[in-house]
Amino acid sequence: MYEFLSSLIQRHELLKSLPDEWVYLVGMLIFAGIVLTFASLFAGITSYVERRIAGRMMSRIGPNRVGPHGFLQWLADGIKTFQKEDIIPAQADRALFRFAPYIVFAGFFASFVVLPFSSALIISDLNVGLIYIFAVTSFVVVGILMAGWASNNKWSLFGGMRSAAQIVSYEIPEGLAALPIIFLAGTLSTQGIIQAQGWAPWDWFIFHNPFTFIAFFIFYITLLAEGNRAPFDIPEAESELVSGYNTEYSGMRFLLFFFAEWGNLWVMGAIMTIMFLGGWQSPFHFDNALLTHLIELLIFTAKTSVIIFITIQLRWTLPRVRVDQLMNVCWKYLVPFSFVNLFGVAIWMLVFPNGFAPMSYLMTLLGVLILGIFIRRVIYNLKQAHVEIHVNPLI
Amino acid sequence: MALNHYFNNIVTATTSIFEGMSITFSHLLRKPVTIQYPDRVEKPVQEMLPARYRGILDLDINLCTACTACQRACPIDCIHIDEVKVDKTYIIVPETGRKVAKIKSPAVFNINIAKCMYCGLCTEACSTSAIKHTPKFEMSTDNLNNLILRFVPPEESERLKAEEPEVIKRAEERKAAEAAARAAAKAAEKKSPPDPE
Ligand code: SF4
Ligand code: SF4
Repeated sequence: MYEFLSSLIQRHELLKSLPDEWVYLVGMLIFAGIVLTFASLFAGITSYVERRIAGRMMSRIGPNRVGPHGFLQWLADGIKTFQKEDIIPAQADRALFRFAPYIVFAGFFASFVVLPFSSALIISDLNVGLIYIFAVTSFVVVGILMAGWASNNKWSLFGGMRSAAQIVSYEIPEGLAALPIIFLAGTLSTQGIIQAQGWAPWDWFIFHNPFTFIAFFIFYITLLAEGNRAPFDIPEAESELVSGYNTEYSGMRFLLFFFAEWGNLWVMGAIMTIMFLGGWQSPFHFDNALLTHLIELLIFTAKTSVIIFITIQLRWTLPRVRVDQLMNVCWKYLVPFSFVNLFGVAIWMLVFPNGFAPMSYLMTLLGVLILGIFIRRVIYNLKQAHVEIHVNPLI
Repeated sequence: MALNHYFNNIVTATTSIFEGMSITFSHLLRKPVTIQYPDRVEKPVQEMLPARYRGILDLDINLCTACTACQRACPIDCIHIDEVKVDKTYIIVPETGRKVAKIKSPAVFNINIAKCMYCGLCTEACSTSAIKHTPKFEMSTDNLNNLILRFVPPEESERLKAEEPEVIKRAEERKAAEAAARAAAKAAEKKSPPDPE
């Protein structure tokens, strides 16, 4: 976007006459507003979509009363929560208590800076993009721990501590599982990683070689844990900790936590798409730049949505893991495997410096095979249940 | 051994997550079982309920013999009955076709449905199946008094109570007449001994 602003300044007399810093500042504020709007709309709508999907997975319907098919439910909930009194417990550490939600929100929102939407739609293509994402998303843990501590409530504190333990441990396999991709792409910039891939599935990094295929799953699991998503939502385990670190919150501050949680789904899906699924790479190239970017945007959104859907589905499929199991998964399984992967990819790159196309095709085939088996199992399960099939998502 | 266990764990985790996801996905394609009571139901919920559903109680005043069996059966005393004597009639119990004499009728028959716990003991006690559960279950109101079901309207109850002395008198007269008739018959029997032949 910096380049875009520069070219604007070049072209317009009025902007030229203003001091450059001002133009950049205003421009960036506008972009931040756009992204914030996107993030809030996305978080709101996703909360509705998730509840509908969860409903159907439990043979329920989900919210369907507010607006057409309940579509405005998220707005109603948001406004309702917004109007609630902002209660601060008497024994709480007031300053920290008030500040914590903003940190959580900032941690989540800052990652949007490097998330591309198309080859041009990106706030800033930092050359340390991935490191930046890891850095700002782990900022969230500070906010959560702060919220837990400041609430002066044992459940909240437990939630905060668990979250800290969880995020800090999962950062290790996260980084290690991201390294193979950084090796292959030779860059940390998100756009650079996408440009190193192609539009076709066999050009994606997930199917590049068996090691990246495993890295995909390791990275996905760590992202789930980083985002406090089920089955790793122990910081807010309802059945044990009431609501974890946000127990004492109400009103707008409470909303901010949830905002970050659902908005995080996009961040998660986008990172997966960037690193493993070829990002916005599209097979179509038009002379019209707008059309090209629109197609790229659609492709990126579609891929991200698939990941988001899987994340939602996982949440409503798996039971929550216990704290010790969580640590087991991380230290005994993910960390060793990501190390093996790292070496595997390094050796692979030594042996095949330019990639090995047959392997990519084979891995793509494997992916298709897994998808096929999945569909067969779904059909089998439907047949077993002897139920009428009802595909229409809106009942 | 330990290594075996380690890899087994991975395989189990992967396959069970895969299987679980296929099950939840299959649920996405199924019809939800939710009944969207009260405004989005295809037919009234009362029609979907099973035949023996224990809903709000109903009384068939014609069948009730005011035996107070139900009142005594109720564990929480939510039935209140004042019985009065009425002219003797016979009723047919619909279920069994049995003929039962009715000499009393309830002048007041109130069920406090707010207290009722739908245990069904009263319906079991009733020998004429006058008191019964219905599938009705909607009775929300903003006044607790509206939840007292009064099966005999006040005027009717006044009338029955007012008529009771007459009914008793009639019954006594009839009894006396019957007794007199019997006595007369006996006397006649004595007067005219069987033909000695
Ligand atoms: S159903 Fe049970 S509680 Fe209700 S009136 Fe009959 S005996 Fe009493
Ligand atoms: S048991 Fe049946 S007949 Fe007897 S008083 Fe109750 S409702 Fe009437």
